[in-house]
Amino acid sequence: MSDERTPQVPTEEGRGQDPWGAGEPALTPRGTPQRPPVSARRGDEIHAFPETAVGEGDVRTEGSTAAPARGTSLWRDAWKRLLKNRLAVFGMFVVAFIAVAVIVGPWVIKAATGFTYDYQPPGRQQSYPPFTAPDGSFSWTHPMGTDAAGRDMLARVLQGGRISLMVGVISTFVSILIGLTWGATAGYLGGKVDDLLMRIVDVLYAIPYMMIVIVLLAFFGGRGPLQQIFLLFTALGAVSWLTMARIVRGQVISLKNQEYVLAARATGVSTPKIIFRHIVPNALGPVIVYATLTIPSVMLQEAFLSFLGLGVQAPYASWGSLAQEGIQNIAVFPWQLIFPGVTMALTLFSLNFLGDGLRDALDPQMRKF
Amino acid sequence: MFRFIVRRLLVTLPMVLIVITLTWALIRLAPGNFYASERKLPAAIEKNIRAKYGLDDPWYVQYRKVMLNILSLDFGNSLRYETETVNDVLRRTVPVSAAVGTCAYLLALLVGTTMGTLAALKQNSKTDYAAMGLSMLGISMPNFVLGPILVLIFSLSLYWLPPARWGGFPSWNMVLPVLTLSAIYMAYIARLTRAGMLEVLRSDYIRTARAKGLTERQVVMRHALRGGLLPVVSFTGPALAILITGTVVVERIFALPGLGTYFINANLNRDEPLILGIVAFTSVLVLVFNLLVDIAYGFIDPRIRY
Repeated sequence: MSDERTPQVPTEEGRGQDPWGAGEPALTPRGTPQRPPVSARRGDEIHAFPETAVGEGDVRTEGSTAAPARGTSLWRDAWKRLLKNRLAVFGMFVVAFIAVAVIVGPWVIKAATGFTYDYQPPGRQQSYPPFTAPDGSFSWTHPMGTDAAGRDMLARVLQGGRISLMVGVISTFVSILIGLTWGATAGYLGGKVDDLLMRIVDVLYAIPYMMIVIVLLAFFGGRGPLQQIFLLFTALGAVSWLTMARIVRGQVISLKNQEYVLAARATGVSTPKIIFRHIVPNALGPVIVYATLTIPSVMLQEAFLSFLGLGVQAPYASWGSLAQEGIQNIAVFPWQLIFPGVTMALTLFSLNFLGDGLRDALDPQMRKF
Repeated sequence: MFRFIVRRLLVTLPMVLIVITLTWALIRLAPGNFYASERKLPAAIEKNIRAKYGLDDPWYVQYRKVMLNILSLDFGNSLRYETETVNDVLRRTVPVSAAVGTCAYLLALLVGTTMGTLAALKQNSKTDYAAMGLSMLGISMPNFVLGPILVLIFSLSLYWLPPARWGGFPSWNMVLPVLTLSAIYMAYIARLTRAGMLEVLRSDYIRTARAKGLTERQVVMRHALRGGLLPVVSFTGPALAILITGTVVVERIFALPGLGTYFINANLNRDEPLILGIVAFTSVLVLVFNLLVDIAYGFIDPRIRY
């Protein structure tokens, strides 16, 4: 519909009509033959019984309700393919490690050394380099050194990671909620509604929304650290759902003409129920993939805003605000920037690899060779 | 084609007005005032200030005034830099941001397409993996980490380049900001080029070109690049959006007197005319750029119909 009006890059749906490529298996990485498109395979598995369709398309039920006798389900296939991708596995391990470290770490440090992100040891409020005791000798007390106020950097980096990851995950969740509803409605209803909804998305695409987010945070922020974080979730979620809506719409259009939807309609299931119980669960693959790639981009935006002093406020810290504090003293105390900065870069790096790997595994149709 | 351009232009103006209205509404709905400070103002002075800026008028009168100002391209005086109009500030800051941004984009285009093409030509080789690993690093490395690290190396350790400040258009001061800003574009462009080239390289017309007996160089330079770079062309629009957020951060790191620095300060100072002026300027820029990209797209790729 809208594709006819605006010139666009040939879309993913347009390409790769022949999922087996030009019969050149040598061109796919590591010799894995490409599989038929997800939608095609998913269709013949489940279209007979809408109820099963919900269960099988849903991640949460993976391995439990799916009949093991059938051998490979979509999700198990994808999992196998993911494990073959070394970079994605590396990314998965690093992300898991950082997530655990960030969640458990602050408590462990508090128990072990007594330091928290906002504890200033009395009498020695100055910066110590990594692995250095107050008298200059080697010590394990501060593996990342301390910041200008004498607070332990490791505790601060871990606490900052909590907030950064939380903003990333929650904002992505907000963007999924909006994008999924918007895209599924447009795709399923089609016609004028589709035209209108996608036109709005096109229009929003062209707005320099980060400027509006900056205005929003500058004017409505500063009421309190917790409100500020909440504002971040909403603002970042509200501006990152556009691509999600497009992806969902494409998926829904390709799914809505399948027989199981027809069956559901014939048995008198209501439209919202068809969309959310029968179509959305089957469109989840690309949604998960894109969500994994949205998390790092949202985290990056949060870090930008915090770096500019508009995001997370003291006493809380995020990787962006830690970097901003670190840059003040970069010539003398470079570790105060390098540790939060490199931790963040490593996390984003791994998340991006994981997302790329998931895309290759879950959605071979979208694979960029 | 002509109808398409006219229609797009007709959409563009209302969109700029919507963006400005939204920004204005946000500014006005927020509690507090630009003249508020730690010290409480005497009531008489506050009354005079409110009268001078028309803050007690009904909202639609104020809104009309703002919109008329913007439509006549006269944004009024900045509230903070009182001797300067918003247009003065724009005239002073835009060249700085534009110089850094354009250089960064050109550098990224050059390096990114080269990297992407090489990676695509030698798919799954060491070159490919190195190029793609590097570009993933470029996407993942926040520029406020990359910038300071470059400063640490090239300014504070090697003493080769100045660490900050603006030194005029062609100057050594520009090197580090441009490198910092271009990293993320370079990475995106390299990935887009690789994907586009891989797709084109296996298409029929490339096979035909090879079968005609053209050299590999001719096949790549004359036939493949044209199709393979299409995704890069369409990236130019989003690139501008990244550029705008990117320059805000990079200008902060390198203390450049550009648009981004002033935008952040204007927000912190609640300098309404300046905020609206900068938002209007960038919105028009982004929208016009998107339009130009769409038009250019039609010329490069004859398959596109309007």
